[in-house]
Amino acid sequence: MSEEKTIAATEKEIVEEFSLFDSWDDKYEYIIDLGKKLPPLEDRFKINENKVKGCQSTVWLASDFREGKVFFKADSDAMIVKGLISMLIRVLSGHTPDEILSDKLDFIREIGMTTHLAQTRSNGLLSMVKQMKHFALAYKIKNGSITEYEHGRTENKSN
Amino acid sequence: MMPSSTIQKAQTLDVIAIRKQFPVLNREVKGRPLVYLDNAATSQKPQAVIDALLDYYTNYNANIHRGIHTLAEEATAAFEETRDAVQRFIHAPAREEIIFTRGTTESINLVAYTWGRKNIKSGDEIIISTLEHHSNIVPWQILCEEKNAILKIIPINDNGELMMDEYKQLLGPKTKLVSIAHASNALGSINPVKQIIEWAHAAGSLVLVDGAQSTVHLDIDVQDMDCDFFAFSAHKLYGPTGTGILYGKKHILEDMPVFLGGGEMIKEVTFAKTTYNDLPYKFEAGTPNIADVIAFKTALQFIEDVGKEKIRKHEQDLLVYATAQLEQIPGLRIIGRAKEKVSLISFVIDKAHPQDIGILLDNRGIAVRTGHHCAEPLMKCYHIPGTIRASFAVYNTREEVDELTGGLRKAIKMLS
Ligand SMILES: Cc1ncc(COP(=O)(O)O)c(C=O)c1O
Repeated sequence: MSEEKTIAATEKEIVEEFSLFDSWDDKYEYIIDLGKKLPPLEDRFKINENKVKGCQSTVWLASDFREGKVFFKADSDAMIVKGLISMLIRVLSGHTPDEILSDKLDFIREIGMTTHLAQTRSNGLLSMVKQMKHFALAYKIKNGSITEYEHGRTENKSN
Repeated sequence: MMPSSTIQKAQTLDVIAIRKQFPVLNREVKGRPLVYLDNAATSQKPQAVIDALLDYYTNYNANIHRGIHTLAEEATAAFEETRDAVQRFIHAPAREEIIFTRGTTESINLVAYTWGRKNIKSGDEIIISTLEHHSNIVPWQILCEEKNAILKIIPINDNGELMMDEYKQLLGPKTKLVSIAHASNALGSINPVKQIIEWAHAAGSLVLVDGAQSTVHLDIDVQDMDCDFFAFSAHKLYGPTGTGILYGKKHILEDMPVFLGGGEMIKEVTFAKTTYNDLPYKFEAGTPNIADVIAFKTALQFIEDVGKEKIRKHEQDLLVYATAQLEQIPGLRIIGRAKEKVSLISFVIDKAHPQDIGILLDNRGIAVRTGHHCAEPLMKCYHIPGTIRASFAVYNTREEVDELTGGLRKAIKMLS
């Protein structure tokens, strides 16, 4: 899709945005702001099946597959994680499974947020990235036989 | 007569001199001096402890209890000196009652897997409390499941204190063991263990005290307490990781089946039958954590040199000061208001996830713990996913408490 940005271009854009900040406080303020602006996930998606288990904060991730591309929606009960998620969605959402699977998310290191991907943080971000790639892989495998497929189930509202 | 200034000095702690003994306190985190308030997770180590580790590896590294050469003798002597030091530190009647483990967790598991396997029968009851760390819950759940025994839980009141009347009701002829934290790692509450033990013994039950959070703060006298088992970890007492203690009354330990089989714990091995070594070696199979055990003696020496009474006064001052300062922050709620607390404070902040607060404090060089503190049942009881916990040690200062409250105000502002 020539009119759309590549993953690499979006990553470059984010790295440039972060280069404007000279203090950690500014970076976090920006991330928190992104978190606040991320549209909340509708309650019907906030179900156990969509939970990405992190140790301290909860992340919900839902995805769907349209015209060969994967679209993500997500939410978290913690604001900084939400901001980081918002960046991941901005980078990965709307791309093909192959593009998503081959991306190394180098921008996270470049903006100095690697610690949030470290296992020790257990904040769900690492699991979140893994889950996004799992979805992409699943769609890739199913692609060909199924073109429209919504993952991230919705809750059966019985009451 | 001593001049009053001298008396004053003898009673208060020279925190500047103490801080100089902890090299890590010199470092910066995110461009600011480290403010380490995660002491309940593990305390920092004084230079003398680090030196003791280095000295062992540099000068007399050898396996113990085996060789007849000089290095082995020196290492064995140093290792056994720690046993004597621990015995004195917790006032155990005999040195054979001190068993080295990897930590509190292994100490508790040792009792569950040996004493528990032998003595717990179907329908028996084990009592723990809502306040317990997972390591004083899960071993008993495993045992109860295996033996078809029943786990009973002492509830807590809103302040985070055990409900002793309810405890009394739980005790009965089927109670075989009460396993209880001396102090809660998540709330700080100090439990009335003497009373708990007295009532348990009257009901014919044994008592294990989890001293992971109390041993560094309180005077421990296992004889006065009259507990049957006492477990703690060296790394929370300015000592190395990977070393813990299980104290047990001699006649109970003697009657217990062995835990791990291997070298060191045997008397004689033939393929027909193996006879086991005497206490404490019966429970110390294989090559132990020699270096860390040896260095633990230096950590105990550090505590004794400063003086437990002085340390407690200092830490209690920090607790009272920090409580007062934190209470002034709008939207902050302290979780755990027991009358008697060790020097840690758990709290939550309205509309801010503990994890966000933790990240933003770290961003200012302030280390606290956030999360459920390995006490998920307790968090459920308060209907919260977790707390922020600041825990104080001998080297912390009021200025650091001010850093914490300043950092919190800033974090709250950023998040709102
Ligand atoms: C009350 C309590 N019990 C047990 C433990 C487990 O200690 P360790 O991890 O050293 O085995 C801890 C450690 O946090 C604790 O606070």
